[in-house]
Amino acid sequence: MLTERMWVALGDPTRREIFERLADRPRAVGELAAGLPISRPAVSQHLKVLKDAGLVSDRRIGTRRVYQVDPAGLAALRDQLDRFWSRALASYREIIEPPPDET
Amino acid sequence: MTPNAEEAAVRLQIVVAAPLERAFRVFIEQFDRIKPREHNLLAVPIAETVFEPRVGGHVYDRGEDGSECRWARVLAYEPPHRVVISWDIDPRWQVETDPERTSEVEIRFVAESAERTRVELEHRKLERHGAGWESVRDGVAADAGWPLYLRRFSEVVDG
Repeated sequence: MLTERMWVALGDPTRREIFERLADRPRAVGELAAGLPISRPAVSQHLKVLKDAGLVSDRRIGTRRVYQVDPAGLAALRDQLDRFWSRALASYREIIEPPPDET
Repeated sequence: MTPNAEEAAVRLQIVVAAPLERAFRVFIEQFDRIKPREHNLLAVPIAETVFEPRVGGHVYDRGEDGSECRWARVLAYEPPHRVVISWDIDPRWQVETDPERTSEVEIRFVAESAERTRVELEHRKLERHGAGWESVRDGVAADAGWPLYLRRFSEVVDG
């Protein structure tokens, strides 16, 4: 199950650290490795686990491969908040524009 | 700009048949009736939601037992044009205590005519909620997100 893989992937503190750094902004492997006490191949291995779990995605920019947080989770959050505020604005309209009496 | 940046905000707008001053005043003073009531981080039903009309104030829910949940800080208060609040709720719908991990909501009021006002709402910097995004996707899938709130709401209404 996809969800379970995500939790397993984030259960490892190093992977959590990598994920949080990517949540900050997209980065290349070398950049991630420079700030962590592990080797570059180890970072790549962790990235593979995160990628397989659907937590991060990668894309090629020139000769570099850049990793970023998979935006699907963010999209879900945005959808929730979109719904919240849509309903709030609908209530607001009803309050400020009372329907005319149908007499 | 990253591909995520554009996605990390909710933007909505409506035009209401009300003059600018009234449009602003109603939004703040009647926020209690505007906020979807079933969104409740307290253990008891909400008695009222208060929007404190000053910078440094809070938006908070007061429960029927007197408990309070302060879920937003007022960052800008410029009647009748603009108000900005923080969104101190994490993606699991719990109060976020680290201000670095909160987003913000700006509501702008623009007069379209003497009797019409455009209200623009922008909930931005969602990416600051960080890793918790994933829990939203999981939570929705696991029936622990909105469905739970709606169910709780109907229980309160029916009870």
